[in-house]
Amino acid sequence: MTIPELLDGLFPAGHAVAREGDVLAGTGRASAGEVAVVGIAGGAEVGVEAALALAGELLRVVREAPGRPVLALVDTAGQRMSLRDELLGLNGYLGHLAATVELARQSGHKVVALVTGQAVSAGALALGFVADEVHALEGARLAVMALPAMARVTKIPLERLERLSAGSPVLAPGLESFVRLGAIASIWRPPLAPHLEAALARPAAPDARAALGAERGGRTLALEVSRRVASGAGALPAAPGARRVGESGPRRGGGDGR
Amino acid sequence: MERIEIELPSGRPAASGGGPVVVGVVASGNLEVLVERGGAPDRCRFEVSTSVHGFGQVWRAVLEDFAARRAVAGLAFSVNDAGATPAVVTLRLEQAAEEFLGEAG
Amino acid sequence: MSPGGPLVPRRSYREASARRRILGVLDPGSFEERLGPAERVTSPHLAALDQPVAFDDGVVVGAGTLEGRPVLAASQEGAFLGGGVGEVHGAKLAGLLAAALRDRPAAVLLLLDTGGVRLQEANAGLVAVSEVMRGVLAARAAGVPVLALVGGGWGCFGGMGIVARCCDAIAMSEEGRLGLSGPDVIEETRGVEELDASDRGLVWRTYGGKHRWLIGEADLLVEDDLDAFRAAATALLGTRRPIDLAALSSEHALLAARLAEHGGAADAAAIWGGLGVAAPAALPLLEVDEFLRAVAGARRGTR
Repeated sequence: MTIPELLDGLFPAGHAVAREGDVLAGTGRASAGEVAVVGIAGGAEVGVEAALALAGELLRVVREAPGRPVLALVDTAGQRMSLRDELLGLNGYLGHLAATVELARQSGHKVVALVTGQAVSAGALALGFVADEVHALEGARLAVMALPAMARVTKIPLERLERLSAGSPVLAPGLESFVRLGAIASIWRPPLAPHLEAALARPAAPDARAALGAERGGRTLALEVSRRVASGAGALPAAPGARRVGESGPRRGGGDGR
Repeated sequence: MERIEIELPSGRPAASGGGPVVVGVVASGNLEVLVERGGAPDRCRFEVSTSVHGFGQVWRAVLEDFAARRAVAGLAFSVNDAGATPAVVTLRLEQAAEEFLGEAG
Repeated sequence: MSPGGPLVPRRSYREASARRRILGVLDPGSFEERLGPAERVTSPHLAALDQPVAFDDGVVVGAGTLEGRPVLAASQEGAFLGGGVGEVHGAKLAGLLAAALRDRPAAVLLLLDTGGVRLQEANAGLVAVSEVMRGVLAARAAGVPVLALVGGGWGCFGGMGIVARCCDAIAMSEEGRLGLSGPDVIEETRGVEELDASDRGLVWRTYGGKHRWLIGEADLLVEDDLDAFRAAATALLGTRRPIDLAALSSEHALLAARLAEHGGAADAAAIWGGLGVAAPAALPLLEVDEFLRAVAGARRGTR
C-alpha cells in the first residue's frame, strides 16, 4: 500500500499530508474533525534530524490545535547507526520525541499509532510504542532484530533460535508475536477508516499492554509481577536481628561476583 | 539445564542466621548462591541449577566437602550456575554461609 | 579499567554489584526490597536456551530513603545477561514506576546498567522497555521526579538509553557510557571505518560521562564512587523537568541548536573545541574536579 493509498483509506473525507524526506506531517479529516498526522515513512532509519522534526510537529500540534487527536504512522527500519548520531546523542533526541508524545497525551490529544510497514527497535519505541494505542496494518513487519544478528550477539546457534522461535511469540519476529504479547492492540484490515474512527472515539486509558499480554497468553508474568511490585510485595519482615539480603558486615573485596 | 538436589549431614552452626542472603552473580564462569533457613536441624540442603551438563559427580564432591568442612546444618543453598569452577563454587558457598551466619570479617 | 583515570576510588560504583550500589546510595538500613531473590520470580524464557536464571532476574527494586526522604529505587545487574531487560525484569521496573503514582515518593532512582532489550527474550523485552518508558513519563507527568544514575560497566544503551533521557535528570561518571547503539553494534553494522569499537579513547569520547555532560546529555558528572553517586542523587532530588509546552519547547530549541552547531563534527574533540575548550585532547586524562575547572563556561544544556 502506498502512502497516498494509505491516507485515502484512513481519511476518505480528505487529507493534506506532506512528506519531507522521511517525515510525514499534516492533517486528515475524520468524522469528529481534523486529525493531526505525523510519521516516519518508507522504512527509513531514524536519525537526529527525523527525531527532531517529529518532535517539532508534535509541539506545533499541541501549541496550535488544542485537543486535536494525533495519528502516528510508523514505518522504520530502526535507528540510524552512525558515529555522528551517537556523538550528538540520538538517544536524547528520541527521548525528547517520546516526551512530546507524552505532552500531547497529557494535554488531551488522543494519540493512536499505526505500524504501516516496518517497526524495528528504537525507531518504533520513541514514537509508536508510547502512544495511547498501538495498532498495525495487516502485513506490517515488527522485529527487535533479525535472527542471524541475534544469533551472533547472543552466541546461540541460529538453527536453535529458529527452532525455538517457531511458536514462541517471545522470539519469533513478526506481527502475530507482538499481537500475542499485547504490544499491538489490533490488526487493521481494509476498510481502514472505521478502525481509525473507533480508535479516536475510545477515551485514553493507562497502559494496558501487560494485561492484554496476559489475556492473550503471550506474557504470563508481566502483569502479575508489575502488580506485586506496585503494591509493595516481598518486603522483608522486620524481625529483630534479621539482616537484609546482600547486606554484609565488614566489606570484603570481590564478594559480589567480581 | 541440569538440576542437582541433595541433602547432606552437617554440623550445627553456632549462630542461627537471619534473613535470606545472596552472593555472586550469574555471569559466565560465575554463580549465584541464595542461602536461607531450611532443611532438617542436622542436615543442609542444596538445589543447583546449572547450564553445564554432565558434572553431577563433581558437584556432589564439592558439596559433600563443603558440608563436611563447615557447620551449615539447617541451611538451604540454592544455586544458579553458569559454569563456575569448583574453586569458585566453594568460594561462593563459603561467602554465602559466612554472610548468612554473621561470621563475615 | 578507568580510561585515563589514575587511582581507583575507595568504593567504586562501577565495580559494585547492583545490590551493593543501591545499598550504597540509599540511607543505611533503609532499603526494603520487593520481589527479592528469595521470592524466586525468575524468567520463564531462559531455560529453553540453556541459560541459567537469576533469582531476582537481574534487577533489585524496592523502597528506601535518601537523606531521610522516601524514594523508590531500582538497580540493574549488568553482569547478568548484560543488564538486558526481559519480561520479568521490565515488569519489576514498570511496577516500581506504577507504585510512584500512588506512593508519591520524593523521587524514583534508576541505577541503570544495561545494553537495552534482553535479546534472549527479544520481543517481550522490547515491549517491556516501552512499558518502562511510559511508566517514567507517567511518573514525571504526575510530578514525581525520576532520576537516572549511569556508571556501571555495561553503560546504558538501546531502548534504555532512550529511557534514561526520558528521566528528569542523569548523573553519570566518566566510566559510565550512555547512548543508543553501542560501539560494538555500530562497528558490526557499519564497519570498523565508521567506529572502531576497540579504540577505547574513541568510545569514551563518544559515550562517556565527560562528553555527555559537556554536550548537555547528562546533568551531573561525578567520580566513580558510591558516595559521589549518593551525593549526586541527593543533589538532584529537587530536579524536575515538567512535561509542559514551555519546558519541551525550550529543550527542543537546545537540541536544534546542538544539531546546528555540531552536526558536522566528526569527533567529540572537534565538538569540545567548538564549545571553546582550550585543550580538548587533554580532557579525558583529567580527574573530575580538574575537568570541571578546565571546561568552566563551555557546557551547553538546559539544566
